[in-house]
Amino acid sequence: MTVKICADIFDPWQEIQAYQNVAKEMAGKFGATSIFIGTMRDFNEGDTVKSMTLEHYPGMTEKHLEKIIAQARQQWQILDVLVMHRIGNILPNEPIVLVAVWTSHRGDAFDANRYIMEALKSNTPFWKKELLHSGEKRWVVKNSDGYASSQN
Amino acid sequence: MPVSIKVRYFASLKESVGRSEDDLEFAGLSTVSKVWERANSGKPLPRNILAAVNMDYVELNHAVKDGDEVAFFPPVTGG
Repeated sequence: MTVKICADIFDPWQEIQAYQNVAKEMAGKFGATSIFIGTMRDFNEGDTVKSMTLEHYPGMTEKHLEKIIAQARQQWQILDVLVMHRIGNILPNEPIVLVAVWTSHRGDAFDANRYIMEALKSNTPFWKKELLHSGEKRWVVKNSDGYASSQN
Repeated sequence: MPVSIKVRYFASLKESVGRSEDDLEFAGLSTVSKVWERANSGKPLPRNILAAVNMDYVELNHAVKDGDEVAFFPPVTGG
């Protein structure tokens, strides 16, 4: 189980591959890997977004993510988890978050990944500040429920 | 015996209070909401602000003890 807070851009596909390559105890045991990658959009709330700054609470962020993973482990049979999250200045098309879950069976992988991601969104101390095309800077005040059909 | 508390602010709240942290001393036991009032000249805590003590979420009536780190911040927006 690994939690990484990254000040620099990362390649989620390389990270997953590298993680899996060294997790030898999982070899032959996992039948399912669920991967969620959150990427920065160039639009939000009807505006064009040029870049974003992500602030966090060093220490609490990691502690909280570890707690979420422990809660997931109590509910599903998980072999391993990798969570990575960017901080600092981020540009559109760059990955913000990666959640990868390795399990024996697909149900645990899908459900645990969703649980970890939703808990991360709703209560892990990260805050986004957007720089709009207009030059205006604004804090994102709330997360959406995750469906385009819910957006106005 | 005096109680020393470190207070931290994050994100939009840090901007609105104009600083990232305070160091306070109390004569005796206190609560998270009293820490806010003392640090911010009695101004009410803005709506929706969350609180943590030693990096765990708490309610505003949570008691603080010597050496605690109390953090205030707006709803989170990561992911």
